[in-house]
Amino acid sequence: MADRQYELIYILPPDSTEQQASELHTQIEAVVSRMSGQIERTENWGRRRLAYEIGHFKEGVYVLEVIIGGGDLMKELDRRLRTMDLVIRHMVVRVDEEKKVVDRTRTKRQTESERRRVKRGLPPQRQPGEGRSADSDDDGDDRFDVGEV
Amino acid sequence: MPFGQGRSGGGRGRGDKKPGDKEKGQRRPMFRRRKVCKFCADKIDDINYKDAKLLGPFVPERGKILPRRISGTCAMHQRKLQTAIKRARQIALIPYVTD
Repeated sequence: MADRQYELIYILPPDSTEQQASELHTQIEAVVSRMSGQIERTENWGRRRLAYEIGHFKEGVYVLEVIIGGGDLMKELDRRLRTMDLVIRHMVVRVDEEKKVVDRTRTKRQTESERRRVKRGLPPQRQPGEGRSADSDDDGDDRFDVGEV
Repeated sequence: MPFGQGRSGGGRGRGDKKPGDKEKGQRRPMFRRRKVCKFCADKIDDINYKDAKLLGPFVPERGKILPRRISGTCAMHQRKLQTAIKRARQIALIPYVTD
């Protein structure tokens, strides 16, 4: 079976130590390597405010791991993290398929614009200072008219 | 004209001005800027749950997901936005409710 790519994200309590975090990381690494998976990268987002209280915590340390492996590996990790008291919240998301779609649309758009530019007799890449600048006519507000129903 | 009574052009044009509408109070016909999908316009392909800053404008104070008729997001992107927001809620990047 082709290997899948997953994102595992978990939250530790704000008073957890560096050591606890690295211990947990090595535990996860052990499980992953035992079940012939592979950790692609690890991101530590540090302490962040939670949008809502979990337990009695208002803050948490976020850690993201991008893992390549099979579904049973993630099932095992999920089970382990669920029983762990140190982890206050975790989530596993499969990302490879979405990523593929995103890449495909991105390259498609790129080649399409290049094709069109070449047809118009322009160099395929956009030159600096060409065309309208990004914020010329729209004021770029993110607000919506919420008043309308 | 046997078919197509009244409405033409499908139901897409909610952001357009509607000159024939009964407007009370004799205001000039509502002129709304045509709403466009933010993700189509800015060519954002990847609506990611980790990007709370991107999702923020679509989750107003109450914590509900902003409907399409207000934000103008296209159907495809609203769908992606919806999953992203729901995932972000699970890991407490975005609130479920706030009051």
